[in-house]
Amino acid sequence: MSALKPKHQRLVLLGFALVALLAAGLLAAWALRNQASYFYLPDQMKANPPAVGQAVRLGGMVEKGSLKTLPDGVTIDFTVTGRGNAQIPVRFTGIVPDLFEEGSGVVAEGHLAPDGVFIASTILAKHDENYVPREMQGMTDTKAAKMAEKTTVGLQ
Amino acid sequence: MIAELGLAALWMAAALAILQVVTGLLTVYAGRGGSDDSVLPEIARLTRPSAVMQGLLTIFSFAMLLWVFAITDLSVRLVAENSHSMKPLVFKIAAAWGNHEGSMLLWVTIMSLAGALIALVERRLPERTMQATIAAQGLVALGFYAFLLLSSNPFDRLTFPALEGAGLNPLLQDLGLAFHPPTLYVGYVGLSIAFSFAVGALLTREVTPAFARAMRPWILAAWIFLTLGITAGSYWAYYELGWGGWWFWDPVENASLMPWLAATALLHSVSVLAARDALRTWTIMLGVVAFSMSMLGTFLVRSGILTSVHAFAVDPQRGTFILILLALYIGGALLLFALRAGSIVEGKRFAVASREGALVFNNVMLSAILAIVLLGTLYPLVTEAFGVRVSVGPPYFDPVSAIFVIPMLLVMMVGPLLRWRQDSASRIKGQLLAILAALAVGIIVVVLIGGVHVLPFLGLVLALALAVASLSPLKGRKLRRVPLFTWGMVLAHFGIAMALFGMASDSAFTKEKLTAVGVGETAMVGPWSVKLDGVEPVAGPNWTAMQGNLTASYRGEQPITLTPQSRSFWAPPQQTKESALSTRWNGQLYAVIGEQSAQGRWQLRLWWKPFVIYIWLGGGLVALGGLLSLIGRMMADLRLRMAKRNRALRAGEAAA
Repeated sequence: MSALKPKHQRLVLLGFALVALLAAGLLAAWALRNQASYFYLPDQMKANPPAVGQAVRLGGMVEKGSLKTLPDGVTIDFTVTGRGNAQIPVRFTGIVPDLFEEGSGVVAEGHLAPDGVFIASTILAKHDENYVPREMQGMTDTKAAKMAEKTTVGLQ
Repeated sequence: MIAELGLAALWMAAALAILQVVTGLLTVYAGRGGSDDSVLPEIARLTRPSAVMQGLLTIFSFAMLLWVFAITDLSVRLVAENSHSMKPLVFKIAAAWGNHEGSMLLWVTIMSLAGALIALVERRLPERTMQATIAAQGLVALGFYAFLLLSSNPFDRLTFPALEGAGLNPLLQDLGLAFHPPTLYVGYVGLSIAFSFAVGALLTREVTPAFARAMRPWILAAWIFLTLGITAGSYWAYYELGWGGWWFWDPVENASLMPWLAATALLHSVSVLAARDALRTWTIMLGVVAFSMSMLGTFLVRSGILTSVHAFAVDPQRGTFILILLALYIGGALLLFALRAGSIVEGKRFAVASREGALVFNNVMLSAILAIVLLGTLYPLVTEAFGVRVSVGPPYFDPVSAIFVIPMLLVMMVGPLLRWRQDSASRIKGQLLAILAALAVGIIVVVLIGGVHVLPFLGLVLALALAVASLSPLKGRKLRRVPLFTWGMVLAHFGIAMALFGMASDSAFTKEKLTAVGVGETAMVGPWSVKLDGVEPVAGPNWTAMQGNLTASYRGEQPITLTPQSRSFWAPPQQTKESALSTRWNGQLYAVIGEQSAQGRWQLRLWWKPFVIYIWLGGGLVALGGLLSLIGRMMADLRLRMAKRNRALRAGEAAA
């Protein structure tokens, strides 16, 4: 290597950098296709459910009267409703965000279990007027969003 | 009146920025072809004073903004929208930069102060290069003045003063706000100096080791602040958001990580340029990329195209404005780079097995990691353009970046042991064996512990080996004779090992307990038993809260008290969870109280996080290493200058 002329050394360096960056780019593109978690509305999830266990997000309205706390005191069951009254049952174990309540908009991160229940690992709800899960912004055109006005007001 | 003074100062500063650009560029072009400093045009004398004056004017303007916030002048729109008369004073003042306009003013203030500082003290380089550098700094500042004055005026008045302010987002009502954004901004904006130096050197074609030595302290300083800002931000998010995590791969966190990665690469390549006169174009390129990443981060955060705690307002006009600035500056700099890169003479060559070789390898790895973070951050924006909404999180970032982090860490262990230009593995056999032994010990220990996933496994092993490796450059040297900047490198690398250990330990050994307990009941998490003594209402200056009184005992030792709260702020009306932490040398107990569930039980979320605190201690150590290195370099430079002056004096005496 030390026999190389400076000009050749520069080309070798450039080649190495380009190859590494190209590899990073290709790897990123491949991994993004596989690892990005897609956003589903309840009707989409009903019509075209994701693979069991695949990490996805589900957004919709918490159905009134569907919220139940299980005997352990920290697991809750509720139903997320969307367009065309499509409903997905959701189970979540944890402390819910402060603005999570029946009739409000919600985005749940998690995966579908074999029995069709969506197991949420994280619940995202509005933190304040400035911090809303990204997916909830676009819900204005759905029936769900009209019901969720309370939690998405002040966005636009 | 106060607000108008601030605004007037800002306009004057913008005018001075124009003057500085014009005089600087005229100076450069007046003397094209020659590089003799003695024939500078008269007009060159205006450049430095206007940069200094600009700095003074912006700091005055920023002081005026602080003033209107301190007295809660509700006729100023920004104050009415972001502050409240009933807030503690420290949060009133911090609210000045807890919003879009104020934070952009802070950005511009730091940028022109940095420009003033180089204009005032930096005299090591040929004056023509400095004139070009200061002109470039003025040009960048000018864009941000335009942005501030035309689309985000912080001093805008309301026709009718508000009766009461809207308050500040409670998540931001924390001492973290007083510290985290200014620190991070100094880091972001400090990189503008590297950018200006790179542009200046491209304009005058003077990419020399002297140029690298002049640029290095500025990069180091910006990098120290970036490191501190990211570390502080991570700890702030950790205790304030109550999710028990310290890094969420949130787009805004990524926006601060990307400039850090680029600055880290730049810091190392500038060392190669300073010491060995190699990697000339690469260093210039990184100088451009590092500040571009700062601006991209600003665009992502300030344009409102991403939503997070950091995005203050959704305003498409502003987004377009910053995007245009971004395109102009990055595009312009890259164009200049493309035009001039060919005319920069190749630097000195070196062998693969050399300090330069290792640094080049790690520079490329850092760039690859940067590319991965960048792609992952922008991907949701791209898919959204096609109507598909996705979110990219740890399942992408963790493993994909690890593919490049691991080889980088391995080379980082060996690099500092190698000599410049050419070296061989046989010379450092002893140290290599020690590193291999550390790797082997690490593997055996973690296997014996068992049940550790792949990434934390690798993290723990590499952290141990890196800790050993980072200290081995000291082997066989008299510790008191080791230069300060070498200590800086050793400490910074050791800090990386420490932070890595904290991260890996947190993901490998964290114990989590989520439960509903009645008053008087006990929950167990890891070695801790936590008893709920009671829940009582408490009140603060602008909130009320339900406070859980917990007594926690570590392996039956003397119990300590923890008081997590569920706070309700009333301006603006919002609830937050205040976590309670108990720190030991070997980990942290983290408690959050939730809602009251059926049968009068309270939701309690507890974590035992072994060694998690080492993440931030490590980050602090990295910054301290940077500081030592900076002091060491500056002292060496001062000594050199003193020696030069003495020699000149003696020569003068001899002549007389």
